[in-house]
Amino acid sequence: MTATVVDPVREQRADVYPVPLSRVINVELRKMFDTRSGFWLMASIVITAVLTTIGTIAFAPDADLTYYTFAKAIGFPMTVVLPIIAILSITGEWSQRSGLTTFTLVPHRNRVIAAKAVSSVAVAIASMLFAFVIGAIGNLVGTAITGTETVWDVSLAEGVNIVLGSLLCLLTGTMLGMLIRSSAGALVAYFVYSLLLPTVAGILAASQGWFRDLQPWVDLNYAQAALFEGTLTAEQWANVAVTASAWLLLPALLGLRMVMKSEVK
Amino acid sequence: MDTRGRSAMITIDSLSKKYGAGIVVDDISFVAPAGRVTGFLGPNGAGKSTSMRMMVGLTSPTSGSATISGRRFADLPNPGREVGVMLDASAQHAGRTGREILTIAQRMMGLPGRRVAELLELVSLTETEANRRVGNYSLGMRQRLGIATALIGDPAVLILDEPANGLDPAGIRWMRDLLRDYADQGGTVLLSSHLLHEIEVIADDIVMIGKGRIVCQGSKTQLLQSAGTVARAADLYALKRALDTSGLHTTVADDGALRADADPTRVGRVAQEAGVALIELRTADGGLEEMFLQLTADTQRERKAA
Repeated sequence: MTATVVDPVREQRADVYPVPLSRVINVELRKMFDTRSGFWLMASIVITAVLTTIGTIAFAPDADLTYYTFAKAIGFPMTVVLPIIAILSITGEWSQRSGLTTFTLVPHRNRVIAAKAVSSVAVAIASMLFAFVIGAIGNLVGTAITGTETVWDVSLAEGVNIVLGSLLCLLTGTMLGMLIRSSAGALVAYFVYSLLLPTVAGILAASQGWFRDLQPWVDLNYAQAALFEGTLTAEQWANVAVTASAWLLLPALLGLRMVMKSEVK
Repeated sequence: MDTRGRSAMITIDSLSKKYGAGIVVDDISFVAPAGRVTGFLGPNGAGKSTSMRMMVGLTSPTSGSATISGRRFADLPNPGREVGVMLDASAQHAGRTGREILTIAQRMMGLPGRRVAELLELVSLTETEANRRVGNYSLGMRQRLGIATALIGDPAVLILDEPANGLDPAGIRWMRDLLRDYADQGGTVLLSSHLLHEIEVIADDIVMIGKGRIVCQGSKTQLLQSAGTVARAADLYALKRALDTSGLHTTVADDGALRADADPTRVGRVAQEAGVALIELRTADGGLEEMFLQLTADTQRERKAA
C-alpha cells in the first residue's frame, strides 16, 4: 500500500531559524540547577567547601596550615560531587525520560551531549575558582588565628594542574553517563571506578612487581593523581595522555555512538 | 492559536520497524493532511507509539520514511516551531515545576518569555498548579502541560500520543474543541488512541492499526457509512422482504433490528415505496466498532477489553 500522492505544501515559516548551540548550552546549564536534587548538588559544592575550610583550620597542625593544604582539602569533595553532576545531567534524560522532549526539540543528539559537556565543564571551572577563593580566605583567616606565617605554596601551573585533574574526574562522569544512560547504574560504576579500582590497583602494585612498573601507563586514577601533587614530568604527562585516551576518550566515543543510536522511549 | 495560513502535512511511506524477528510496525503508509484531525487508532501494543517515535526521530525505522511537508524531522531547523510533539505526558523530570518545563521549551525554541504564561492560561493551569512540581501532578494535569509544551512554538503540525488519556469527560471535550479549532485554522493534527470512542469524538480521518499493519483508513463519515444502516419497523418482515426484493443484503438481529448494507436514504426510500412504517432509521455504528473489537480481541492477553 502506498500513500496517496499529494503535492507536499513546502511552506517554511519565515521566522524559523536553526537553534544555535549557545542556546542549547544555556538551557542545559539551567536544567542542572532547576530541580531540587540539582540545586542541592550545586549547593553541596559550596557547603562542603566551607565545611572543609573550617575543618582544616580546626584540625590541621599549625605547621601544615598552608594554601596547598586548603586547596587540596576543598578539592577532594569536589572531585566526588562534580562527576555526579555530570552523570545526572546526561542520565536524567533517560532515567527521568525527559529525553523524549529534549531530543525532539533538538533532534541532533550530539549537540545536546556537547551542550551538556560544555555546561558541566563550565560548572566545574566555576566551582574550582570558588574553591581557590574560599581556600585563600581560609588560609588568611586560619593563619591569622594561629598566628603563623601565611604561606602561598600553590603556583599558577600547579593550580592549572588541579583544575585539569578535576576536569578529568568530571569528564569520567560524562563518559559513564553516555555509556550507561541510567542514573543508578552510572553512579555505581563511577564509585567502583573511583573508589574500588584504585584500592585493587594499589594492592596489586604492592604485591606484583610487574604491575608496579606498568601502573602509570594503565591506571588513569594513578596517572591523574599526579596532577594534584604539583608539576608533572614529561613522562607523567605521557601517562595522563595514554591512560585518558584509553579510559576516557575511547569509552566516550563508544558512549556517544550508543547515545546517537539508542531508542529514546 | 494562530497557524497563519501555513499548511503542512505528515507523510508516512512504507514505514517499518523490526526488532530481531518481531515486526512491530509493518509497512504502514498514510497521509495526515492539513486542516484535519487524523486519528491513529489501535489496541495497546499495535505499534502506534513506535510509529510516532519514528516520525520524530526518537526511533530509527528499519525501512520507509516519515516526513513533515517533505522534510525529515531531523532536518527541521527548529523542530518545536514547526511540529508540536507530545509522546508521553509523564516523561518529565518529576522535580521540575510545570512552569519550569514550559520555560525550558520556550527558551530552547527562542520564544519570548510571555508565551509561558499564555500557554498556561490556554491549557487552564493555574498559577499555583504551575508552580508545583510535576511529580505531584495528576495525569490530566500532565496531559495539559504536555499539550502546552507541544503548542508553545505555534507549530503547524501536532503529533500527540494518547492525549486524552487521563482526562475526564469535560477534559476530553476541551481537547476536542482545542484540536478542532486548531485544525480549522489549517493545522495538521495526528493523535493516537486505543479507545474508539475518543477517536470518534475528536477525529475527522481515521487510520486503524493492528499488529503493526494498517487495517483500514478513511474519513470518519466514510468508515461509518460503510457499516450500513440499522432500521426497525412495525412490520419487520415486510421491510425485510421489500429490501431483499430491491437486492439489498439484510440481516435481522436478536433485538428485532434489521441491518442493511446500504445508506439510510436508500433504506428509507425502499420502506416508503413498500408502505412500511419505520420506527427507527440510522447509520449503523457497529462496523468500525466490530472491526476494532475484533482487533482488540485478537491482541487481547490477560486484560479485559476497554
